[in-house]
Amino acid sequence: MSESTAAEPLLDVRDLRVAFRTRSGTVDAVDGISFTVGRGEVLGIVGESGSGKSVSMLSVLGLIDNPNCVVEGEVIFQGEDLLKLDDKELRRIRGKEIAMVFQDPMTALTPVYTAGWHISEQIRAHEKVSKKAAHARAIQLLDAVGIPNATDRVNSYPHEFSGGMRQRVVIAMALSCNPSLLIADEPTTALDVTIQAQILELLRDLQSEFGSSIVLITHDMGVVSQMSDRVLVMYGGRLAEAGPRRALMRDPLHPYTWGLMGSIPPTDGTRVERLAAIPGAPINPSDPDRDRCLFSSRCSFASDACRPQPGLVEHVHGHVDACVLPYDQRPALRLEALTTVTTESGASA
Amino acid sequence: MTAATTPSPLDGTATPAPLLLEARGVVKHFPIRTSNGKKIVQAVDGVSLQVRAGETLGLVGESGCGKSTLGRCLVRLIDVTEGQVIFDGTDITSMSRRELRSRRTGFQMIFQDPYASLNPRRRALATVEEPMRTHGMGTDQEIRDRAMHLLEIVGFDPSYADRYPHEFSGGQRQRLGIARALAVTPRLLIADEPVSALDVSIQAQVLNLLADLQRDQALTYVFIAHDLAVVHHIADRIGVMYLGELVEVGDSSPVYNHPAHPYTEALLSSIPVIDDEVEKRDRIVLQGDLPSPIDKPPGCAFAPRCPYTQAICVSDKPVLQMLGDGREVACHFPLAAAATTTTVAT
Repeated sequence: MSESTAAEPLLDVRDLRVAFRTRSGTVDAVDGISFTVGRGEVLGIVGESGSGKSVSMLSVLGLIDNPNCVVEGEVIFQGEDLLKLDDKELRRIRGKEIAMVFQDPMTALTPVYTAGWHISEQIRAHEKVSKKAAHARAIQLLDAVGIPNATDRVNSYPHEFSGGMRQRVVIAMALSCNPSLLIADEPTTALDVTIQAQILELLRDLQSEFGSSIVLITHDMGVVSQMSDRVLVMYGGRLAEAGPRRALMRDPLHPYTWGLMGSIPPTDGTRVERLAAIPGAPINPSDPDRDRCLFSSRCSFASDACRPQPGLVEHVHGHVDACVLPYDQRPALRLEALTTVTTESGASA
Repeated sequence: MTAATTPSPLDGTATPAPLLLEARGVVKHFPIRTSNGKKIVQAVDGVSLQVRAGETLGLVGESGCGKSTLGRCLVRLIDVTEGQVIFDGTDITSMSRRELRSRRTGFQMIFQDPYASLNPRRRALATVEEPMRTHGMGTDQEIRDRAMHLLEIVGFDPSYADRYPHEFSGGQRQRLGIARALAVTPRLLIADEPVSALDVSIQAQVLNLLADLQRDQALTYVFIAHDLAVVHHIADRIGVMYLGELVEVGDSSPVYNHPAHPYTEALLSSIPVIDDEVEKRDRIVLQGDLPSPIDKPPGCAFAPRCPYTQAICVSDKPVLQMLGDGREVACHFPLAAAATTTTVAT
């Protein structure tokens, strides 16, 4: 372990691989990704369903309970390799040092227990405090996440909360032990846009208040743009692009990132006839043909050069991507990708 | 005068297209039993709207605002409590069941959850054939050919015809639902949150498909969603709903670019924007949830969450009033931005 503490990242994931053994062969859900999360940093991981973004974070926490799952690589958290810890040691970290917020706030809560019970239980699992003290902390936390009338609501059951309020309860649970890292897996996907805005604002406020690092997993480029300091774009279990939020939003490099951005209707008030959607469906992780850029089957710029898989290249400080297209032509090609869509619609009219 | 000078779709290039669908004061109440006796959920509370042939009307609002209930009333999947729905000149709310059934070929619905709205034991082809059989639209061979054609239109390879719903992804299932809705050659499609259960990339594909179909088959849409950006993208006109009522109705661009109702402004502000600014922009984040539609407040329903509330908002209920640019808004204090634009345009 290095001695430098200031620059040392909170979480350092090196060459993480998650494979599932199935009857029809091995499926590489996560195929060798490396990234770091700095202290107090918000890292956004974006990609479609099946791109490996959730699985990679679940495996970091040892939460994949499947005997046919093989996890390789290193996950260094505060100097310890989490993948080498046994279940008991992991439990010391899970929920206390690293907490997770899941997509569906209904299934993340036990319907037969109150909001307060959920939070107190978590506190008492990690700290030696009385039930009474834990209950009082639960009220404080519910208040901190913006649940009105927390003293009464602490005794409410999950079904008595709306979706947004339930997600607040889950966030209160996650924050109950002051984790240094919060992993939020699509925390707003099941919610209305207005409630989504509330929850994102809450996460941002809490992050600046508690100073936790956040890993935010989402499929929505807009959400990532609102929240993150740095962004990873994943496709087929690999990194397609990674970089600081500003650089990545201003000059996205990878055609997959262009597609993700083009899929969102413009928000500046202009109206386009067609969206620059990504054709086809996300790659099936069990596709055996893996020694290539996996996105090439959906990419309008695919060529023979896309095989074998291009490596990650750093172009500007900290902004990397895995694509063979010439770097200096990217802006022009991105424009071309947008206009192709328009002509396509003209031709089929 | 606005209409004459504003270079916008407002002034209509020629004579406006005929009305295809009209709702007049539609009310839908659900009686419920609670521990305090019987109560009434005022899901839809007096909505009037008009949809012209070939246009897309977007209905937008949060969960629980009554937009789906309204959508179901518009095709009479549920009966209205009060009011009328007129489709192509005929009142469908007073029709007999038998008569209604024969008219159903004119309007079809696409549902939000493509997992729940398909029969898991029916193959793709049979799913699309079924409505045509129900309505006796041709011989077996004709029905089969048309079903194959429809599957192709929504982007399926012929080999997919024999697959079951579980073999399709979410986006594919939604396309199958669209093919089924198109089977009886409807003129009007009511799409209830057709893309909100899908990944953004697949959302874009389905939105493009809907746009293509509208252009090729002269369809009229009522598109229901909670995301104002999506609605603005697809709709010609937007109706914003809050607690069972329309609070703003108007052409898509003015409503989106210069909202007149504070609720529309808040919805707009909730959209996560892709930007490269260092500072994240100021946003109006609505506090709290939608109030209960059981005991609605006497004044403006939005008053408890509105950043501009004044005394009159709590006591008097605002009614829809016409603004200069042909848009209607139910607010005592429509936002200045919208008002100014109107005068500037004149």
